[in-house]
Amino acid sequence: MQHSNRRVFWHGFLDCAPFTIIVVPYAMLFGVVARDAGLAVYEVMAMSVIVIAGASQFTAVALMQEQAPVIVILLAALAVNLRMAMYSAALAPHLGHLRLWARAVLAYMMVDQSFALSVRKYAQVPDMTPAAKAAYYFGALTAVAPLWYICTFVGAVIGQAIPPIFALEFAVPVCFIAMTAPMLHSLPHVVAAFVSVLAAMLFQWMPYNLWLIAAGLLAMMAGAQAEFHLKRKAAA
Amino acid sequence: MISQSLFWTVTILLGIGTFLIRFSFLGLLGDRELPEWVSAHLRYTAVAIFPALVTPLVLWPDVTGGEFDPKRLVAALAVFLVGLKFNTVFAIIAGMGTLYFLRYFWG
Repeated sequence: MQHSNRRVFWHGFLDCAPFTIIVVPYAMLFGVVARDAGLAVYEVMAMSVIVIAGASQFTAVALMQEQAPVIVILLAALAVNLRMAMYSAALAPHLGHLRLWARAVLAYMMVDQSFALSVRKYAQVPDMTPAAKAAYYFGALTAVAPLWYICTFVGAVIGQAIPPIFALEFAVPVCFIAMTAPMLHSLPHVVAAFVSVLAAMLFQWMPYNLWLIAAGLLAMMAGAQAEFHLKRKAAA
Repeated sequence: MISQSLFWTVTILLGIGTFLIRFSFLGLLGDRELPEWVSAHLRYTAVAIFPALVTPLVLWPDVTGGEFDPKRLVAALAVFLVGLKFNTVFAIIAGMGTLYFLRYFWG
């Protein structure tokens, strides 16, 4: 790495560093909740290393506990990650020049925070070289991704020491609500969330936890339709 | 209890699937635009799944045998309001704090 790109790497690292305030407790909570669900420490770690995506790990653990069918668990947990296909498309023009293995590594570690920072940086500094863009992105990843492993491990180890009086099982819905609320920054997002809750209540009769998939699809379409509707209104 | 076979099947397939989603455009599809109607749907996947997933966990949790517990609903509303106004971590603290507080005073 050239000297100047090493500086850019640390820029990315430092810009992303404040997000550790969110990543550390979130990762620890996953470790605690997964142990509470009956997973062994090595299983918790295997999941964090293989999947490395908090929201879908929480989703999968919650649904495995419900004994939902594998296909339903996978559909729900993957749906939560679909937003990252958008990230991938947005990053491709900036990082597509890297070697295949490098693109594979940065795809594996892709997280919301480093994506958001990098795309903003690339827009702010249009004359960044491709190598500098890559250095910045890797710096931003390095600040948060390794913490995910370390802190799930810490959570998994201390989790057993927390007595049932603390109602840890309730940390799962709490965590999901806490992740969702800050996302409700536009009317279509609010519409999608509202339809999602309503559909979840109405579709409980469905077998094999299919209510979750049905509610998810319906809410996603409601969000998109609300967006189209607002755009048409703005254009008219 | 989560069985070994369920756990490993889910974890490995979820790992592969998640990687393919992240790798999609960077690795396989290259530099091309997503059609607008596709990104319009993808934008709402997270807000479409999470609220549905949470609804039964809040309204009829397993630990109470499926009984409605108003303390949990109040705690859930506290998380939601703090999450709207501040951030995820404060919201989690507010939610668990509310539940402990209500349980301490109303058992």
